[in-house]
Amino acid sequence: MNTTDTHFPAIDVAGLECGYDGKVLLADIHFQVKRGEIFFIIGGSGCGKSTLLRHLVGLNPPTAGTVNFFGECFNRASGDRQREMLKRIGVLYQGGALWSSLTLLENVMLPLGEYTPLDAAERAELACMKLAQVGLSGYDSYYPSEISGGMRKRAGLARALALDPAIVFFDEPSAGLDPISSRKLDELIVNLRDLLGMTCVVVSHELASIFSIADRVIMLDKQHKGIIAEGDPRVLVKESNDARVREFLGRGEDAKVTARQNQPSP
Amino acid sequence: MSATDHVTSAPDNRVQMHADGEWLLVELQGAWRITETRPSWMSLLAGRDPVRVKLVWGKLEDWDSALLLFVFEVKQWCRVKGVYCDLSDLPDALQQLLRQLVVVNETRMVVDRSRNFLTMVGLAAQDVWAKTKEIATFVGECVISATGLAKRPHKFRWRDCVDEMQQCGAMALPIVSLISLLTGLIMAYQSAVLMRQFGADIYVADAVGLVMVREMGAMMTAIILAGRTGAAFAATLGNMKAGEEIDALQTLGIRPVDFLVMPRLVALGLMMPLLALYANGLGILGGMAVSLGLLDIPPTAYWVETQTAIDMSDIMTGLIKASAFGVLVGLAGCHCGLRAERSAAGVGRATTSAVVMGLLLIIVSDAVFAVTFNIFGW
Repeated sequence: MNTTDTHFPAIDVAGLECGYDGKVLLADIHFQVKRGEIFFIIGGSGCGKSTLLRHLVGLNPPTAGTVNFFGECFNRASGDRQREMLKRIGVLYQGGALWSSLTLLENVMLPLGEYTPLDAAERAELACMKLAQVGLSGYDSYYPSEISGGMRKRAGLARALALDPAIVFFDEPSAGLDPISSRKLDELIVNLRDLLGMTCVVVSHELASIFSIADRVIMLDKQHKGIIAEGDPRVLVKESNDARVREFLGRGEDAKVTARQNQPSP
Repeated sequence: MSATDHVTSAPDNRVQMHADGEWLLVELQGAWRITETRPSWMSLLAGRDPVRVKLVWGKLEDWDSALLLFVFEVKQWCRVKGVYCDLSDLPDALQQLLRQLVVVNETRMVVDRSRNFLTMVGLAAQDVWAKTKEIATFVGECVISATGLAKRPHKFRWRDCVDEMQQCGAMALPIVSLISLLTGLIMAYQSAVLMRQFGADIYVADAVGLVMVREMGAMMTAIILAGRTGAAFAATLGNMKAGEEIDALQTLGIRPVDFLVMPRLVALGLMMPLLALYANGLGILGGMAVSLGLLDIPPTAYWVETQTAIDMSDIMTGLIKASAFGVLVGLAGCHCGLRAERSAAGVGRATTSAVVMGLLLIIVSDAVFAVTFNIFGW
C-alpha cells in the first residue's frame, strides 16, 4: 500500500454490497475518506454500521463492489497482500478486545514483535510510549481484567496504534463510557490525529462525539439499505432535505422541546 | 539505547552524511516504516567523531516510529558522547513524539509484581482453606435447596432437568457403548490369558461380569460423563456468569442453585445408573465376543455362567455407586462453573478444574464405597 502518492483518497468505497447468508444489508455504498480526516459512519441501531466496518477491514467479504485503501483494492487482493495492507490499518473494537492473558504492555508489544525487526528493549519502549500517548503510563504490567472499561478501550487504541497505521477504525468508541471518559476519548482521537496524521473512521451514534469531532459523516438507514446523507453534521442537521437525518442529528434539541411541552402546567 | 543486531549495518540511502567543518549534517530522506529495518546510527558513523551533529529534514516521503527511534538513537548517542545535537530542522510532530519517548525512557520503571517464596506458600495455603470453605458452602446450599424442592416439587425446573437428561443421557449413549464394549473386550482378553493356563476358561465370564457390574460399568461411565457433561456444565455456567446471567437470577431473588444446579444434579443422578446398567450389558457382550472367538465358549454357556456369578446385590452396589458418581460429577461441574472468573481464560480454567475435580471425586468416593461395602459384606 503506497501511502506516499497523494493523488488517492485514504479510503475509496465503490458499489459496495454488504450482507451474509444471502441477505443483503447494505447495497450500492459509495464514499471516499480523505487523508487525515475524522470520518463518522452514523445511523440508528441495526442499520448496518458495524457490518459495514467489518466489511471494510476484511472480517467479512463484501458480496459486490470494491474497498480501496490509498488507491489499492483491498477486498480483491490476495490473502498475503491483504495481510500486508492490514499492517497499515488499526482497529479499535468495542470492548477493546485486549488479549486477557497478556499484560497491557505485552498486548501492545505483540504486533510490534510480529511485524517489526526491533529488539525487545525497543519494542517495550515504543509500547510504553504508545500507552503513555493514550494516558496509561504506569499501567504496563496490569492485566486487562484489572482495569476499567474506559482504560481497556484506551489500551486497545494503543494496540491499534502500535504499527503506526495510516487508517484507524473505531467501533463505537463511546459505547459503555460515561460522558467524561467519552469526551476524553474523543479528545484523544483528535490529538492523535493531529500528531500522527492518521485517517480515522469512527462508527458511532453518539451525538456529542459526532458534533464535536467529526469532519464529515455518512448516515446509513435500515429501510434504505444504504447511505441517506453525507457531509458535515453541523450543516446536515440544519440543511438536510431528509427529515430522518434532521431528526437523528437534531434529536437532542427536539427532545428538549418535547419535554418542555409535556411539563404539567402549574 | 545501543545499536541493535537487527538493524542493517550497510550504509542506507535514507540517511546522507555530510561533514561540514565541525558539523556533521545528517540528512534524512525516503520512506521510514516500522515494519522494515532502519539504518543503524553506529554503522553510519563509521568511526567518525563529530563535534556537532545536525539532523536535516530532507525529502521524506513517509515516516513513522522507525524514524522516531532513529532520531532518538542519535540524540542518546550525542548525550552520552557530549556532542551537540541540533534537532531544530525536524517538524513539530516529530519533536513532540521525541519528547514523549524521552519521558518514557527516563521515567519507565519495571514494576516487579512477583512475590517471594514464603508469600506464595502462605497465599496458596489461604487459597486451599478458602476453596474448602467454598465447596462446603456449595454442598450445604445444594442440600438446603434439595430439601426445599422436595417440599415444593412444583418449583423444580422439570423442563431443564429433562433437557439435561437428554444431553447427558441419551446423547452420551454412543460413546458409552463404544468404551464399555471395549472395556469388556479388554478385560476378557486379559483374564483369558490367565484362566487358560488353569483350564478355567469359563471363569472369564465370572471375571468380566463381576468386574463390569461392581466396578467398571459405573466407573467408566462416570469418567466419560466427567469429561463430557461435567466440563459442559462448568463451561455453560461459567459463560452465564461472565454474561451476568447468574447476577440477574440473584437480583431477582432466585437462588442459582435452585434454578441451575438442582436440575443438572438430578439429571445426572438419574441418568448415570441407567447408563451404567447399559454399560454393564455391553461390557458383558464384549466379554462374550472374546470368549466365543478366542476360547470357543458358546454365548449360552457364557450367559449362564455370568448369571451364576452375578446376583442382584452386585448390580445394586454398582448402581448406587453410579448414582453417587453422577451427583459428584454434577457438583464438581456446577461448583467450578459458578466460581469461574468472568473472562475467556476463567471459563477455560473452570472447565479444566471441573474435569479434574470430577475424576478426583470419583476415585476417592469409589475407595470409600469399596471399604463400606466390604464392612457391610455386600
